[in-house]
Amino acid sequence: MPNPSLPRQNGKQQDPSVRKKNFEEVAQIFTREEALAEADRCLHCNNARCQANCPVGVQIPAFIALVKENKVGEALSKIMETSLLPAICGRVCPQEKHCEGNCVLKEKFGAVNIGMLERYTADTARKEGLLTTPVCAKPTGKKVACIGSGPSSLAAAAELARAGHQVTVFEALHAFGGVLRYGIPSFRLPREVIDAEIETVKAMGVTFKTDVLIGATEKVADLLNQLAAGYSASGAGLPPLLGIPGESAVGVYSANEFLTRVNLMQAYKFPQTDTPIQIGHRVVVLGGGNSAMDAARCAMRLGPEAVTVAYRRSAAEMPARAAEVLHAKEEGVVFDYLVTPKEILQDENGRVSGIKCTRNELGAPDAKGRRRPVEIAGSEFVLPADTVIVAIGQRPNPIIAKTTPELKTTERGVLALDDQGRTTLPGVYAGGDIIRGGATVLLAMKDGLEAAHRINAYLQEGK
Amino acid sequence: MEENTILVKESLNSAVVKFVIYKPLIAKSARAGQFVILRGREGGERVPVTLVDWDANNGTITVIIQAIGKSTCLFNSLKQGEKFLNVAGPLGTPVEIKNYGTVAVVGGGVGIAEVYPIARALKEAGNRVIAVLGARTKELLILEREMTALCDKTVCATDDGSHGLKGMVTDALQALHDGGEKIDAGFVIGPIPMMKFTSRLMEKLGTVSYASLNPIMLDGTGMCGCCRVTVEGKVRFACVEGPMFPARTIDFDELIRRTGEYKPLEKQSLQAFEKDHVCKCGLH
Repeated sequence: MPNPSLPRQNGKQQDPSVRKKNFEEVAQIFTREEALAEADRCLHCNNARCQANCPVGVQIPAFIALVKENKVGEALSKIMETSLLPAICGRVCPQEKHCEGNCVLKEKFGAVNIGMLERYTADTARKEGLLTTPVCAKPTGKKVACIGSGPSSLAAAAELARAGHQVTVFEALHAFGGVLRYGIPSFRLPREVIDAEIETVKAMGVTFKTDVLIGATEKVADLLNQLAAGYSASGAGLPPLLGIPGESAVGVYSANEFLTRVNLMQAYKFPQTDTPIQIGHRVVVLGGGNSAMDAARCAMRLGPEAVTVAYRRSAAEMPARAAEVLHAKEEGVVFDYLVTPKEILQDENGRVSGIKCTRNELGAPDAKGRRRPVEIAGSEFVLPADTVIVAIGQRPNPIIAKTTPELKTTERGVLALDDQGRTTLPGVYAGGDIIRGGATVLLAMKDGLEAAHRINAYLQEGK
Repeated sequence: MEENTILVKESLNSAVVKFVIYKPLIAKSARAGQFVILRGREGGERVPVTLVDWDANNGTITVIIQAIGKSTCLFNSLKQGEKFLNVAGPLGTPVEIKNYGTVAVVGGGVGIAEVYPIARALKEAGNRVIAVLGARTKELLILEREMTALCDKTVCATDDGSHGLKGMVTDALQALHDGGEKIDAGFVIGPIPMMKFTSRLMEKLGTVSYASLNPIMLDGTGMCGCCRVTVEGKVRFACVEGPMFPARTIDFDELIRRTGEYKPLEKQSLQAFEKDHVCKCGLH
């Protein structure tokens, strides 16, 4: 019998005082005992709400039942019936918004730790050689391109391969994974996990190419001459800036640049690696989303004296995951709320010397229901800083839209899609951050899966 | 033939090497003013390098690299038959090629190589093309023969007077002006101070000037925002909107500051590499 009232297992974590000095994964994998104890708490609800609220439709009660029987390989196959990137999802999905947030045990006993169970299943099955490469349908002879190799494109590629299509993934950078590799730090998502998941997709017959920037290296129209359909998921683009004086001072990074230096280029290993980074003594991260947390926690690991996150509203409105905020605080990141940056101050050499800010109070809610920050008159102050990281969101990558006149865009320059995820070029679908402009990995994957299903339907119509 | 293979390697002087690389997709789509990102090894930097030439029939691209830091030294130590680890492109917005009338293409140092494809495209578009080539000394002045063959007039200037006019490219431009040349547009590539002073002079002489900027880049594909420059008081991203911008309103001083950001670290990296390099090959 399930035993929901047992304490929720949270697994072990690297001690904050140790982990703030390394890039190793923070959360340790469940032991078998922890996994079995946690699996035992699941009630295996009929019409499970967790499953209904999973963006990629993981069969949660069924896989947990298999974990409970110690059938880890079968449990993983069950997850992979709908989601082909389980070791990634188990780590970076905001479960508190989806499955765990809807677990019936949540209020009374605490939700089942579905994220950690998924991760345990994926890692253990892979380690013990129990991962079965998903079976692909009979080859259809249709060729499909997936543009970008981030979570959205990977999800689409794997699903299209499963349907029997011949899929090629085109990546502009020198390594695969998109935001998983350049954005998300290794202490949340180890590089070997990304590599392993991509190996599985390769084993399904998908071809991967680096150094191909679709739109520049090859035009979308040229691709379509060779292929039957395409999924455009080229991700985030040029970062929005604050538009305040001093933003081009030396020592001001966008979150994209800072995270790319650290994560993709591994600047934290300089001079063993060749890409440098300057961390300075006092780092201020402007913003309150997950990228801001990632940047702050990466910055902390580079050893400055202090890292401060300055956010213009209060803790309650901050969009970052609660767990990330907690981890950042444990690692010594200081949060300064209700702060609006007005000007980045520079020394005589054009280097950042501080940020002129004002204090805010909370006003009426905005369209999204978040209370607006309202400046308090006469509250100017200077936040000491010699490195500033601007983490105030993402914009869609401009290259595809810019180089493909056949594709219509919205007034914001984003590819125009109909309600079926179709662009204005027949056979070309789009999703992920190139459309959303900065969402979660899971929503990007969901877009990829949906696009794959639609591309299947489109190709079956024999076009 | 494998992509990224070096088909021809030729030293142009002690620090500058020309590479012809097999890369058919880039050779097919390259245009004047665009660049590629090169990487030489695992853990290596992504280095933006201007495309000097390309041949769609043979599937080759040509780049000319001056060894300055660790990465460029590493590139220039690659041998014929070896491969670059990564070659991505063509990146950036091509230069607008049209008939401007009389144009000056101004190259300083290795910038001569970078301005060469622009000179060729402008010539093909019917412009009267004057090349103004500058270097510290004769040995460092590259591609004079090619430029002379291509352009209607070629003027050289060296700091030490070892070849051509003694002085800077600005002196050469002033001399052309004083000699009655009316230049409608100028395309300038070289060290940042040279571009700054050349475009200032052109402004004074009534020449519309364009400069190709070399900010630090990381991904080079329109994602990270590292390459931002200020033009007309606005933030512009050189990797997708450039690298060529109207020069009159470029904030060159900011560019000098931003490109200098990692100089001490780059020096440290180069010194470590040179030490290591001696140990390995024993040739130095």
